Amino acid sequence: MLAALEQNLETSASHPAISVRNVSVRFGEGRGEVTALSDVSLDIPEGGFVTMLGPSGCGKSTLLRAIADLVPTSGGDISVLGRSPRQAREGRDFAFVFQDATLLPWRSVIDNVRLPIEVGKKNGASFDDPHKLLAMVGLAGREDALPHELSGGMRQRVAIARALVTRPRILLMDEPFGALDEITRDKLNEELLRIWQETGTTIVFVTHSIPEAAFLGQHVLMLKAHPGRVKDFMKVDFPSGRSLAIRDTVEFITVTARLRTMLEECL
Amino acid sequence: MTDALSNPVTSNVEPNEGFIHRFGEGLQRSLPVILTAGGLLIVWQVGVTVFNVPTFMAPSPTAIAVALYENAGTLWRNVQPTMLEAALGFVFGNLFAILLAIWFVHSPTAEQAVYPLAVFVKAIPIIALAPILVLIFGNGLTPKIIIAALICFFPTLVNMVQGLKSASPAMLDLMRVLSASPNEILWKVRIPASLPFLFAALRIAATSCVMGAIVAEWIGSTYGLGALIIDATFNFRSALLYATVVIAALLAVLLFSLVSLAESRIVRWKPAASE
Repeated sequence: MLAALEQNLETSASHPAISVRNVSVRFGEGRGEVTALSDVSLDIPEGGFVTMLGPSGCGKSTLLRAIADLVPTSGGDISVLGRSPRQAREGRDFAFVFQDATLLPWRSVIDNVRLPIEVGKKNGASFDDPHKLLAMVGLAGREDALPHELSGGMRQRVAIARALVTRPRILLMDEPFGALDEITRDKLNEELLRIWQETGTTIVFVTHSIPEAAFLGQHVLMLKAHPGRVKDFMKVDFPSGRSLAIRDTVEFITVTARLRTMLEECL
Repeated sequence: MTDALSNPVTSNVEPNEGFIHRFGEGLQRSLPVILTAGGLLIVWQVGVTVFNVPTFMAPSPTAIAVALYENAGTLWRNVQPTMLEAALGFVFGNLFAILLAIWFVHSPTAEQAVYPLAVFVKAIPIIALAPILVLIFGNGLTPKIIIAALICFFPTLVNMVQGLKSASPAMLDLMRVLSASPNEILWKVRIPASLPFLFAALRIAATSCVMGAIVAEWIGSTYGLGALIIDATFNFRSALLYATVVIAALLAVLLFSLVSLAESRIVRWKPAASE
């Protein structure tokens, strides 16, 4: 099945944005060693929106962090836009959005968005206008607010604006809306789709939520646990387009039901 | 430390609120403590008069007020060196602690090698150390500054190390994704994150550096509030002794207020709320 899957991936994406080959990640040493990922291979198509779903302990966050050069791999190869994760990180090819908005609490909203402009190697990189990005995430007028004055949803919007300021070609998102209430999450899901369409950025999005994975992802990558392996890479297509209303349609519910069955098989 | 975190942030005050209004509010808030202090003074005054307590044991508040007035010149002359010693000790002790903490955070080896020594220095009773320092450095300002600095040093070191390490792992991950240099991480994340911890320590240091300077002046000094305390004690000038203690307390309160003021100007943010 894996061979068929790989073949399928190769035909569907001739120039993958992210290519993962036989990657494994192990933590600890000796008897305490834990295998978080074992022989994972996949391709993320350029410009695509891939959501990652799987039971706890399947290593979805670990995979995302390995791509971001935050976790060292124990074997295999990761290529991000044809470069190593480290080179891609230093070249600002990707941005990362954490579960916690991770704003610096002593900086105003606009200064948080400016942070990526201030640090790291600049070497002629071009940046997007922080004010324009704040307007894009619906926070125009809140530039001078401090993070503690914002709601959780607003803080996460700031984090997204901050991620976009380097004009990344890839956006890696690690359960960014996991801690938000459902209404806020729905709204941000819709806005994220709009931002994805406007910017053409490749997005890899880790989530716990089946509806979120189905609603956002052109593809859903399903991982199995203990150790983390690829279970499936499923194409999700809604010919009628994606608005929040489709979540009550039969076609959407069919997709989420399939994902749920698959998720149960992963346990 | 939690004290510093829960400290009300002044930015909550509307900028257009009038000074008089704010003053009135401040007065209202401090009214209970003013009434308590006033009540205690009255009880003291009445107690001393009614029970006929000899003045050398406990002078009445009015006697102390008179002593303050009559010895204003002496007190002013002696408060200056003490203030200078306390302030310089505060600056050097805290500066050294801050630099050491930054070094520790950059080099775990340095932390392992030096931190235990710092704990050992802390374990030496300062009063026992004072005569040794006087023997080494003579009777000038130096031993007093060193003792005031030593008293400030340890709480600031401990708090600063904790503060520099308080930056969340996610913040450090963020800086790594941004390929920030260690220097950028220090200045843009670690040091700002440490400020509430630092100010908690500085508030402790503001009062203890005055104590350090006074204790140092007990050992064979001829000037300063410490020397005045010893002199007044051995000459049974009780009212002057109490007046000196009042001035010493006022000096500590002054330094404490300056630190609190600086904190309210600098730390206008609240630590990341749980999301």
